[in-house]
Amino acid sequence: MIKSTCFHSKLQCHVSQVQGIEPEMHNITRKRNLRQELLKWNGWGYNDSKFIFNKKGQAEFTGRRYRLGGMVLPTFKEWIEKTFGASLEHKSTSRASLNVNDVPPSVVNEEFLRDLIATKISYSQDAEDRVFRGHGHCLHEIFALREGIFRRIPDIVVWPVCHEDVVKIVELACKHSLCIIPFGGGTSVSSALECPEEEKRTIVSLDTSQMNRILWIDEKNLTACVEAGIVGQDLEKQLAESGFCTGHEPDSMEFSSLGGWVATRASGMKKNIYGNIEDLVIHIKMVTPRGIVEKNCQVPRMSTGPDIHHFIMGSEGTLGVVTEVTIKIRPVPEYQKYGSVVFPNFERGVACLREVAKQRCAPASIRLVDNAQFQFGHALKPQVASIFTSFLDGLKKFYITKFKGFDPNVLCVATLLFEGDREKVLQHEKQVYDIATKFGGLAAGEDNGQRGYMLTFVIAYLRDLGLDYYIIGESFETSVPWDRVLDLCRNVKERIARECKEKGVQFAPFSTCRVTQTYDAGACVYFYFAFNYRGISDPIHVYEQIERAAREEILANGGSLSHHHGVGKLRKRWMKESISDVGLGMLRSVKEYVDPNNIFGNKNLL
Amino acid sequence: MSSDLRYAMKCYAPVIYKGLSPCKPSAIKSAVLHSEQVQYVIRQLAKETGESSDIIQEAAMEILDEMGHSMQLGAVRFFAFTLSKIFKRLFQRVCVNEEGMQRLQQAIQEHPVVLLPSHRSYVDFLMLSYLLYTYDLALPVIAAGIDFLGMKIVGELLRRAGAFFMRRSFGGNRLYWAVFAEYVKTMLRNGYAPVEFFLEGTRSRTAKTLTPKFGLLSIVMEPFFKREVFDTYLVPISISYERILEESLYAYELLGVPKPKESTSGLLKARRILSDNFGTIHIYVGQPVSLRTLASGRINRCPYNLVPRHLPQKPSEDIQEFVSDVAYKMELLQIENMVLSPWVLAAAVLLQNLPAMDFELLIEKTLWLKGLTQTFGGFIEWPDNLCAKKAITSGLALHSNVVCLVDGHVVLNDKGAEGGAVGEIVFKRALAILMCGTYRNQLLNVFVRPSLVAVALQMTRSFRKEEVYSCFSFLRDVFSDEFIFFPGISLKDFEEGCFLLTKCDAIQTTQQEIYPTDKGSVVISFLSAMFRPFLEGYQLIFRYLSKEAKAAFTEKQFIPGVRNFVFQLLEKGNTQCYEALSSDIQKNALAALVQLGAVKKKKMTNGFTYSINQEAVNKILDMFDSRIPVQKPVAARL
Repeated sequence: MIKSTCFHSKLQCHVSQVQGIEPEMHNITRKRNLRQELLKWNGWGYNDSKFIFNKKGQAEFTGRRYRLGGMVLPTFKEWIEKTFGASLEHKSTSRASLNVNDVPPSVVNEEFLRDLIATKISYSQDAEDRVFRGHGHCLHEIFALREGIFRRIPDIVVWPVCHEDVVKIVELACKHSLCIIPFGGGTSVSSALECPEEEKRTIVSLDTSQMNRILWIDEKNLTACVEAGIVGQDLEKQLAESGFCTGHEPDSMEFSSLGGWVATRASGMKKNIYGNIEDLVIHIKMVTPRGIVEKNCQVPRMSTGPDIHHFIMGSEGTLGVVTEVTIKIRPVPEYQKYGSVVFPNFERGVACLREVAKQRCAPASIRLVDNAQFQFGHALKPQVASIFTSFLDGLKKFYITKFKGFDPNVLCVATLLFEGDREKVLQHEKQVYDIATKFGGLAAGEDNGQRGYMLTFVIAYLRDLGLDYYIIGESFETSVPWDRVLDLCRNVKERIARECKEKGVQFAPFSTCRVTQTYDAGACVYFYFAFNYRGISDPIHVYEQIERAAREEILANGGSLSHHHGVGKLRKRWMKESISDVGLGMLRSVKEYVDPNNIFGNKNLL
Repeated sequence: MSSDLRYAMKCYAPVIYKGLSPCKPSAIKSAVLHSEQVQYVIRQLAKETGESSDIIQEAAMEILDEMGHSMQLGAVRFFAFTLSKIFKRLFQRVCVNEEGMQRLQQAIQEHPVVLLPSHRSYVDFLMLSYLLYTYDLALPVIAAGIDFLGMKIVGELLRRAGAFFMRRSFGGNRLYWAVFAEYVKTMLRNGYAPVEFFLEGTRSRTAKTLTPKFGLLSIVMEPFFKREVFDTYLVPISISYERILEESLYAYELLGVPKPKESTSGLLKARRILSDNFGTIHIYVGQPVSLRTLASGRINRCPYNLVPRHLPQKPSEDIQEFVSDVAYKMELLQIENMVLSPWVLAAAVLLQNLPAMDFELLIEKTLWLKGLTQTFGGFIEWPDNLCAKKAITSGLALHSNVVCLVDGHVVLNDKGAEGGAVGEIVFKRALAILMCGTYRNQLLNVFVRPSLVAVALQMTRSFRKEEVYSCFSFLRDVFSDEFIFFPGISLKDFEEGCFLLTKCDAIQTTQQEIYPTDKGSVVISFLSAMFRPFLEGYQLIFRYLSKEAKAAFTEKQFIPGVRNFVFQLLEKGNTQCYEALSSDIQKNALAALVQLGAVKKKKMTNGFTYSINQEAVNKILDMFDSRIPVQKPVAARL
């Protein structure tokens, strides 16, 4: 329910001006609520998509959005029980819905409200709207939602629909001394969206979701100017209509926004072809308390001192609001092909990826999952439709384990995605498989590859299921030089195991990793970590201690603080160590100049 | 015989490190040779010397062959067989703490293990390998001095049983260092076998723990610092002998009679000792210490993140300090777990009551000392229910070469000394005292903190805590090479000393003052008498340096010079401090002066040269002279 909404009109802004005030108002209200209604209030992703145990006690994934949707996963229950020592009889349920009385009241100054109404920008002080924008997807944030604990959430949500709206909001915030926290897709996993508890000013959540249009496409230069609130999948869908894509596909692309990618220095699955966000961005327009920052041209490169884009990318909402981004586009590839390779062990797999990177022939995506994650993926295999398929599976397994002598408890799998024109893809494919053969790899089929990528999207839903059964978990990532990849993976897992033991976790934790990106000089490694917390009085605290220890371990192993999740508030403590005192001072001085009154006061990063 | 044979041929399937992939010694050597680390140094040297890298590579291969172990089960079995024969001949019993072995077994499977035994005898590492074999544990590779290689057959056998060899000094040889370090680290990283070496660097000739060497320790810690392994276990092992095989050899050596070079024929001659009895060996395998736990909070920075890990890099000051702390900690653990036999106590009593002591009184005093030692945390092995008389009698029997019982009195066995010239008497007597001292010495590191407080109390003749502490601190600095002190915690050591003295009712302390209790004077004077040989010894050596020595000298000149000086004083009867003849004390005293800045040490092409700062030496000597009451000759007291 929306308490108050306002009409906004602007010539270039919207189409329905002629239809009068009422339809426009409802249009925005409906649109902005659509997403909120589709998504879970206390967990990941769409309401209709989730893991459940059906009446027969078998795991099942609901909904029709994913390939796994509506399928029964016969071996998953056993895997969960075996891996976590969890029992389906012990359930820990979330609150069914948000209790409005638990929510701190909205404190908004009357004068500001009057000014805001005058701008006709849509806003809301509704509790649900505010709660929805007061968190990201860190474990502790979701846990708090399920338990109905709210400390500090935004006082008011505003929905600008264009750059000029943002300018007005920032001006008002300066005038009335408010705190603005920009909100894009809400998929942060760095506590970046958490409101600082000690913030006394009114906190305005600036939701960019209504700034979601592609403003123009320049086919000659292969660029598109896009409003920053657009969500990844919409961007790709709309570009596809004209035959283009950005190729930027972070795992969160269903929900995360362009502005969010810029603000966190995002990385996409297919960066090997398209590049990471810093390679894709041609121009950024950002509204800051000091004014608007932008460049005078849209060129591939310029030598005009340090690139101001690099102050913006990764600024995590501390400097202003990114409103419009010119981004590189490519024609939609003619042909896509998945693939997979089995390696006898993780060491060989990493060696192969290193060689692929060395020869600079990495496909659009190449990932290597360790044995635990391979088995995990295996447990998520749906019931096989025909006897023939199951026979084939059996044969494949026999070939790999018995004939080739791979140990099913040691082997690991690389998943591949090739893109381009058909002929080149096939050629490329051969090159990569040839390298894999040199490292003892065996081609393991397209289907396994495709499943691997599909699972990435689905795995995010698993945490909510785990939370129902006393299992908590999270993912974290890092980047690391090639020669330290193996040591880092092994040591971090071992550290997690040791910390769990010390902290009284009764069942050995599940920790697994995959190498998700390859670069010339190193790789990005992604960890999943989860454990059964029965018998522990303060699981979140224990979890956080272990995650912190794991991060210390990463740093000690020569890994970075973050490859693409960002720093937020979760990893701030290590910033000084990461970029040195002087480096931190450089960032601080930019912040001081751009935002002297700390209007953008989400306290991230610095 | 058949039981020895059966033992040697037993099924041997040791537990191994969880991440181990088995591999032949030759494959390890090749891995070392082709490692980035070694290849880097080879390339560097080729660039600098202009030599072709193939030739340097060959040299590296030679080093590896000379050094590398080639463990073969057959040799291990052969060794097991002969050793069990020899050990049975030599020793009555070997006692091991079983739970320590079990902990070790556990540790070997979890993380790479470094065994750090104390070093009193060549028997140490033979015995340890033998023990691990007996308990079905992986045989260690041992960093042993290369002079073993001179023992032709034995050297090769040792190598096949898992020993690898390092040259005694190779500081300047970068290729040797690189190959050696990489070899040790490869063994460790892959968990092929526990690595064993001696922190003390060499056999302690005095049975007193030597100050640690850091080189090997920092090598074995490096894989952890670079996170090539998750953790490394350091296992302190204390091996104590009721009678040390080389005791008389050591005494001769300390007195300047050169030690015979290790050779196979020498070993054969040593067969004579096979008919001798050397009592019991105690081996205490300490709790494995996790290097990661030690380092947590100490090494926060990631010192190796910004440089490729295969480049040779001088450890940062932080890390050097940490390595040194760990070394001292491990030695202190060795000391803590070192089993002390009744004879050790008796020797300590006897040395204060020379030249002869009533047997009954010796028993009484030894029992008293037993109580005191236990109060101080000494680990005494007193055979169950064995009465003191029997224990000491058997000790005397075992050490009949040093002491004997004459008319109800225990006297030093300096046979053949009576009739000889004065010089010969002095030498024989010194020999006996040094040998006896070898056993007393085993107590010293347990006693050193309370004893130095006791000495400081006597020296300052004041009860003010501050003054006593400042004297304690001075002594601790002077004796920093003589005894094992954890670096930098002078005040804590002082407090511990005071605490232990309070515990045995020897002193009472208030906020500002320390004073001996009435009955405490016995303890205080016993303790200070125990350390008197060192105080007097240092005093004599300092006096030599202040009065006799040239302004600059080499080590080769120093030792004979000071020995002659002391010898003459002994001959004239001007001192009773025979232990000042020991080259060990002499070297330590010199090292102390270097550390205190009173002597400058300079590295020259042919060893070290020392130059004296007369003023500073005199100042330190004054501290000693003004405060150490000159001991009256013992004879006069009797």
